Amino acid sequence: MSDTLTIALSKGRIFKETLPLLAHADIYPVDDPDKSRKLILDTNHDNIKLVIIRATDVPTYVQYGAADVGVAGKDVLMEHGGDGLYEPLDLHIAKCRLMTAGPVDDKPITGRLRVATKFVNTAKRFYAEKGIQVEVIKLYGSMELAPLVGLADRIVDVVDTGNTLKANGLEPMEHIADISSRLIVNKASMKMKHQRVKLLIDRIAEAVNQ
Amino acid sequence: MLKKDRWLLPEGIQEVLSPQALTIESQRRSLLDLYQTWGYDLVEPPMIDFLDSLLTGTGHDLQLMTFTLTDQISGKLLGVRADMTPQIARIDAHHIKTEQPSRFCYIGQVLKTKLEGFSQSRSPLQVGIELYGHNGAASDIEVLLLMIQTLNNVGLKDFHIDLGHVGIFRSMARQAELSEVEEDALFDALQRKAVTELSSYLSTLDISDEQKQQFMSLTDLNGDISVIDKARSILTGDEVQTELDKLEAIAKGLLARVPEQILYFDLSELRGYNYHTGVVFVAYLPGHGQEIAKGGRYDGIGKTFGRSRAATGFSTDLTHLVSLVSKPEAADSKETIFAPAAADAALMQMVSQLRQQGKRVICQLTDSNSNAQALGCTHTLSNDSGEWQVLEVTSA
Repeated sequence: MSDTLTIALSKGRIFKETLPLLAHADIYPVDDPDKSRKLILDTNHDNIKLVIIRATDVPTYVQYGAADVGVAGKDVLMEHGGDGLYEPLDLHIAKCRLMTAGPVDDKPITGRLRVATKFVNTAKRFYAEKGIQVEVIKLYGSMELAPLVGLADRIVDVVDTGNTLKANGLEPMEHIADISSRLIVNKASMKMKHQRVKLLIDRIAEAVNQ
Repeated sequence: MLKKDRWLLPEGIQEVLSPQALTIESQRRSLLDLYQTWGYDLVEPPMIDFLDSLLTGTGHDLQLMTFTLTDQISGKLLGVRADMTPQIARIDAHHIKTEQPSRFCYIGQVLKTKLEGFSQSRSPLQVGIELYGHNGAASDIEVLLLMIQTLNNVGLKDFHIDLGHVGIFRSMARQAELSEVEEDALFDALQRKAVTELSSYLSTLDISDEQKQQFMSLTDLNGDISVIDKARSILTGDEVQTELDKLEAIAKGLLARVPEQILYFDLSELRGYNYHTGVVFVAYLPGHGQEIAKGGRYDGIGKTFGRSRAATGFSTDLTHLVSLVSKPEAADSKETIFAPAAADAALMQMVSQLRQQGKRVICQLTDSNSNAQALGCTHTLSNDSGEWQVLEVTSA
């Protein structure tokens, strides 16, 4: 690992939108992750590798130093806690909002509010700050279903266009945070591979500011 | 409890087997010998202590980390030590009545409620030193040198040392007259070098633009020793400049003694901000994403025990360090002699002679069908025409 710079990315939107930024830093993947089954992608540099992992795993890989650098959404970082990581750059990509949502014709809720989300910590923190006692139900996907079938009163999820919510008779309610993707760096890598990491950050920052 | 659960250990708790356990023990001895040669006195603070005294000084940070139990005798809350540093502070404040610098070293198991730090272990074998009663670069350099020697002693090489100084941010916060809440928020953003959060939070503060610029620049003030000069030109205030001088003195003093040591500077590194007061340092090993040893200056920690003195020190987890060494001393390759079960006085004498020479001899137990090879012995005692001889075991 000591010579190689490993960059952790998640498939999909983040990968697509990060590629032009990496290209500005003269880093191109050799394989296409949609076609290849490889989890470690080679680049045009021998000593730079890309690893393709689940979005929620990116902070963990970087925190433990399995990857030196990564790209993760602020939603994932807020949920992870961000301990042991640097997040020196906002990439302004994959933008959306983290919001609470509920049924359109919402009746006042008596008793404890039930909230379905995959952002358990963030949801707890948000409602705690408002002084509302909630029961958080952890789900891994299709949050919009929960209020429809009576599993929860509210959901906490990222909202881009709001179309999925609308199609399921839900509406966005409270705004929790604006989300965009951040460049994150392992603390030890920042120090021990300082020049290479710093150069990478500077080049990507140039691309972001263009 | 299910049968298969009985051998499971609690999270973050481990048992160490041979040869690793032996390596740890021999390292423990050799490190204590090393500290003796530098004049550090060994102290052994108690495993459990009144919670109140465990939580002084570093208190706030340690509270959630400490296992507590109720004392049946005094009715008070007891804590199992999660860090030995506050206990050393009490020893210095209470027992050692000297105005001269005092040097302490310690080693022992500590217990933490949560997975944390070096190896994500909850029961690290904490080893470290503390130097009380001197405020200046010389004592910080001595502690750093001894940290380097400790890592070398265990067999680690090519580690990097990251130097920071919490006094710089502290002075800046004081100059800007920040409230505690504001200082905490800035601290949190700086720790993560979260530039976006930092700038949006700074824009809500009622401080001058120049001060905002200076706080922002902290995220970028990292790299080699040139960072200190860069900081001198960007940051203003007499206090800040004095702290920068101190940091430079420590770095230069250290490099004069160990010129090949790789140093890295990071002025937004504020680890242990609540109790550190000066230089803070961490050692990293290439290929490992987590720190391996840490320390710094924490003047005034003994205040709650009635005597406030300057203090600096470092600590690390010996179990973790040993696990990082690629080839721990192979103790099993050591010569082991097999002695067959025989009621022969000459054999018994031979065995005790060999043991006195420090040889490892395993006696066969009567009625057991074990042999030299099954027991992993390298040599065996055999009777050659009335005389016992040590013969090498040839692999079949």
